Amino acid sequence: MELTDLTIHEMAQQLREGEISAVALTQACLERIDVTDTHLNAFISVCRDEALAAAHQADERLAQARLAQENAPMLTGIPVALKDLFVTTGVRTTCASKMLADFIPPYDGTVVRKLKEQGAVIVGKLNMDEFAMGSTSESSAYGAVHNPWDVNKVSGGSSGGSAACVAARQVPASLGTDSGGSIRQPASHCGVVGLKPTYGRVSRSGVVAFASSLDQVGPLTRNVRDCAIMLQAIAGYDLADSTSVDIPVPDYLAGLEEGVAGKKIGLPQEYFIPGLDPEIKQAVENVVETYRSLGAEVVEVSLPHTKYAVSCYYLVATAEASSNMARYDGVRFGARVDPGKGLVEMYTATRSQGFGAEVKRRIILGTFALSSGYYDAYYLKAQKVRTLIRQDFLAAFNEVDYILTPVAPTPAFALGDKTTDPLLMYLSDIFTLSANLAGICGLSLPCGRSSAGLPIGVQLLGKPFDEAGLLRTAYACEQTGAWHKAKPEL
Amino acid sequence: MREKITREEVQQVARLARLEFSPAEADLLTAQLDAILVRVEHLNELDTTTVEPTAHAVPLENVFRADEVMPSLGVEQALCNAPLQAQDCFAVPKVIE
Repeated sequence: MELTDLTIHEMAQQLREGEISAVALTQACLERIDVTDTHLNAFISVCRDEALAAAHQADERLAQARLAQENAPMLTGIPVALKDLFVTTGVRTTCASKMLADFIPPYDGTVVRKLKEQGAVIVGKLNMDEFAMGSTSESSAYGAVHNPWDVNKVSGGSSGGSAACVAARQVPASLGTDSGGSIRQPASHCGVVGLKPTYGRVSRSGVVAFASSLDQVGPLTRNVRDCAIMLQAIAGYDLADSTSVDIPVPDYLAGLEEGVAGKKIGLPQEYFIPGLDPEIKQAVENVVETYRSLGAEVVEVSLPHTKYAVSCYYLVATAEASSNMARYDGVRFGARVDPGKGLVEMYTATRSQGFGAEVKRRIILGTFALSSGYYDAYYLKAQKVRTLIRQDFLAAFNEVDYILTPVAPTPAFALGDKTTDPLLMYLSDIFTLSANLAGICGLSLPCGRSSAGLPIGVQLLGKPFDEAGLLRTAYACEQTGAWHKAKPEL
Repeated sequence: MREKITREEVQQVARLARLEFSPAEADLLTAQLDAILVRVEHLNELDTTTVEPTAHAVPLENVFRADEVMPSLGVEQALCNAPLQAQDCFAVPKVIE
């Protein structure tokens, strides 16, 4: 077994005991990246020197802890990678856009700071859809991310690099962001675990914003226990994020193995639509049987406003995005294109050349939805429908503890398949978007393989701030199978 | 059926958003946005007259802190990515003729 095949849990144990060194572990990851990333394009930047320096420091810290007979934090010496919208001091942060091609942040975001304080080794910055707008990681200015299970297929998006790097065992964990499914869907397509915490659970300070009321930071890992370890490291109130919620962070590992006996799981009838791939439907039905055999009750629930979710999302998210994208004007940071005809021309030229097509499309749609004369009909209407969608979930959670759904209507499709029809692309987000609109937590768990050899994931949705329950429920199903041990051939 | 968005509206919104498109780009964009707006039309099937809009999924109100000075970036760091700087400021093309 290679060092890169170890789980975080195993790495942490061996690092603490001094059986392996953080430097050796980081070097193994860097070698694996060298060998595999030409096929995957998961990384935009690899921070070789910084990572090895951090690994040296981690080894010293671990040695001191052993002498003092104490435990260093669990993440000390663990290599991780970050979606390239987490601001990192001195390390280029591009958001996969030409607009930020040379942007070197002068500070670390809160979550990055937390990881560094706990001794994690940041190995590099990961490829994604530009400014997190997309579902396939094809809209990157640095080329698409390829799926480790079939390099002709998409990795999913927008956190495609985050999912691919973990699936390919380049690193044992990554961070992504999820505004409409951007952690859960690529996790499903790449056969890894992906968690979107409840809105407000993890700080967004230092995370480049796409849609401020929808964005949430979360981990991608190969298994549920590792996911719990990562969430523990990053969750918590942050003064610098006025949307973070000041409630205590529970111990996500305690009770992980408690099981699901007596729990109620809901299957929303509206999610099992004609367009759902039959192999995915079967995989989800197998999970239902597994939960029943583990002592959970699985019942039908209704989320009546499901069919309006895509429309609602693509008005709310694009409106918020158009506002967030306004800061890219060539004045204070990022690209500047100055045709010499004045300030407004500078703004226009900078933005037109700096942004890719999908970003521009969403800015126009969002600006239109917010514009005078259309605001009530589009943006305000969508915000009211958002209330109805949220109420659907809160009502369902009065009946059941968790909700079980597919993650995507099809397994990963071929690169280039949907790039000419944005609407078709948007419709593929149908199962994941509602969780962001409602603010609840959701997790994608590998549960099957298509006949073409592509991963299939199942989604678990939980009540606000019940990540502990969600992880416990996912763990119970995971442990009955071996999907978390599967390794793609590269 | 009346189109949901015209090429003129796209160009006007583009001006608001400080973006410019070639005629071909504008045509494609108009068609794509029209298709999306046709799709979202079904939101009008729902009666939302008594429904409050949700701006934030988590009920937070009046998030304040004490008005105390805390460390901040500093001029040098704040200017470190400036495309053009002068006299400790961001330099831009002339605003007023």
